[in-house]
Amino acid sequence: MYKYDEYDQAIVDARVEEFRDQVQRRLNNEISEDAFKPLRLMNGLYLQLHAYMLRVAIPYGTLSARQMRMLAHIARRYDRGYAHFTTRQNLQYNWMKLEETPDLLADLASVEMHAFQTSGNCIRNISSDQFAGAAADEIADPRPYAELLRQWSTLHPEFSFLPRKFKIAVTGSDTDRAAIQLHDIGLQLIRNDAGEIGMKVLVGGGMGRTPLLAHVIRDYLPMADYLSYMEAILRVYNRHGRRDNIYKARIKILVNDLGPAEFAAQVEAEWAQMKPLGLDAPAAELARIVAQFAPPALDADAPADIDLSDAGFANWVAVNTHPHKVPGHAIVTISLKAPGEIPGDASADQMDLIADLAEQYAGDEIRVTHAQNLVLPHVRRADLFTLWQALVGAGLATANLDRASDIIACPGLDYCTLANARSIPIAQKLAVKLAPQEADLGELKIKISGCINACGHHHAGHIGILGVDRKGDENYQLLLGGSGAEDASLAKILGPGFDEDGIVVAVEKVVDCYKALRSDPAERLLDTYRRVGAAPFKEAVYG
Amino acid sequence: MPRVLTGNRLETGDVLWWTGNDWSLHLNDAVALGDEAEALVARLTAAERINDLVLVDVDATDTGWRPRSTRERVRAVGPSVRPDFALPSLPVDAI
Repeated sequence: MYKYDEYDQAIVDARVEEFRDQVQRRLNNEISEDAFKPLRLMNGLYLQLHAYMLRVAIPYGTLSARQMRMLAHIARRYDRGYAHFTTRQNLQYNWMKLEETPDLLADLASVEMHAFQTSGNCIRNISSDQFAGAAADEIADPRPYAELLRQWSTLHPEFSFLPRKFKIAVTGSDTDRAAIQLHDIGLQLIRNDAGEIGMKVLVGGGMGRTPLLAHVIRDYLPMADYLSYMEAILRVYNRHGRRDNIYKARIKILVNDLGPAEFAAQVEAEWAQMKPLGLDAPAAELARIVAQFAPPALDADAPADIDLSDAGFANWVAVNTHPHKVPGHAIVTISLKAPGEIPGDASADQMDLIADLAEQYAGDEIRVTHAQNLVLPHVRRADLFTLWQALVGAGLATANLDRASDIIACPGLDYCTLANARSIPIAQKLAVKLAPQEADLGELKIKISGCINACGHHHAGHIGILGVDRKGDENYQLLLGGSGAEDASLAKILGPGFDEDGIVVAVEKVVDCYKALRSDPAERLLDTYRRVGAAPFKEAVYG
Repeated sequence: MPRVLTGNRLETGDVLWWTGNDWSLHLNDAVALGDEAEALVARLTAAERINDLVLVDVDATDTGWRPRSTRERVRAVGPSVRPDFALPSLPVDAI
């Protein structure tokens, strides 16, 4: 894992003291709320429905056990004993007090963490593949390149006041676990004909009010040049992105207004001027960062065969583990989606346990997934049974990865001041209803947002649900056919919306229709929808 | 229609309801405001101690005030999915 150097630590420590002073001046009424609000937002502190909410950055979703223990400590000391893992691989605390936030941020800084650039019109937390560095199917670990982007974008003066927020994802695999087609910039590590690693560059994807898939603007970018190329993209966006209309301010609107070819041409022209200026990181600096992501020493002779005679254990291994690049090892996903529980929430005790397990069994690493689960990336298969038993004892052994009860849900109107409707209760009801048959349903991704901002990724759901306000009442639109994976597509609205109970019944009808229509048990609901279209599902739901 | 005044305490973010001369954590301590409401909001806004001041439409019920919007009912009670944190303003299932 990356370790802060003296510059990283100095930046974070200075920011804590700066914010401590700003908070004190606000508490003393020396500055107004209008002046203070943008300052607290720059430090990740929002005012939500019930209290302040702090969004903590987890770069590319990677945590050490020490960091996870600190997050658990903060949950106990400053919150109500739990935290919420988000769809941007971050973490949110829901019950913050402004007067305590500077001390909290100092605690975070002590473990090389912070909360800035988790709000505002800047480059947000860089996200990545949760299996990075462990996946059997990756070209290389994408996180060193995400880390250099983190350093480059941190407090970047030119890009601190963009037209709108800006999200970048990096992956190293053809299997897209980072939803790169739904980001402002998506980067995929690829090899050229000479075997050299570079990047495919996608721009202009996103969800929200105007969902769009990204366009490839460069098939291969040499790795030595990628920072200056990113800078060129941001400069074109900063120059031409709209600032007169918040709903048209994201880069996706600019890319589509100009057309991808024209946008790419402008980037190339900008880049041609910038490239000679020497903005790219020296090779030695990139090598320094890459070296810090060296995987833990793993025994390639570790036994691959394990005793699967316990049916519950065998099912969990089949559903929640993935192949590791080193034989005899596995990638473990810990589901935070026990049916009936709140998606993405973890108690401080659970977080401490996961930290202990990561230290003992997983090379001292934990990953946060954009699907609001946690990953232990480097586990010996011979340790899986012991690990599973520990997870069972803590309510963390639900075997439902990518299944019907593994539902993404934003905080919705239970917490969020932007929301129009509650998301979590819908997720809880659907998970309980569908869990008994989810093994039969196979991969089924249900994603729920409480407003058009789409933090719950409803456009990318095989089944998507969008909560809206209809004359003061919560109403839910049903969408089908979305995917955030390498086969990305945008879900489409099926028909009129439903109330809280009606949307659950409607999803059950969609599932029943799929079971009647699927060509064979291996055909996913998404595949059936793509094959037969919306009409049969519409008939099943609306009659 | 009765209106009550709510906001969030600067120091803690707590949801507060105006009682006529102070703030309370409990919706049922709130007083209905008449024509003086806008002037009160202006005065309290200028004081800069309570954020997001807003007047909320409520109905009078046998058990006290009931905000008309789901959003304000959630604010009055707490997250509907965490009844263990519920304030006694309304039953959680009244959201």
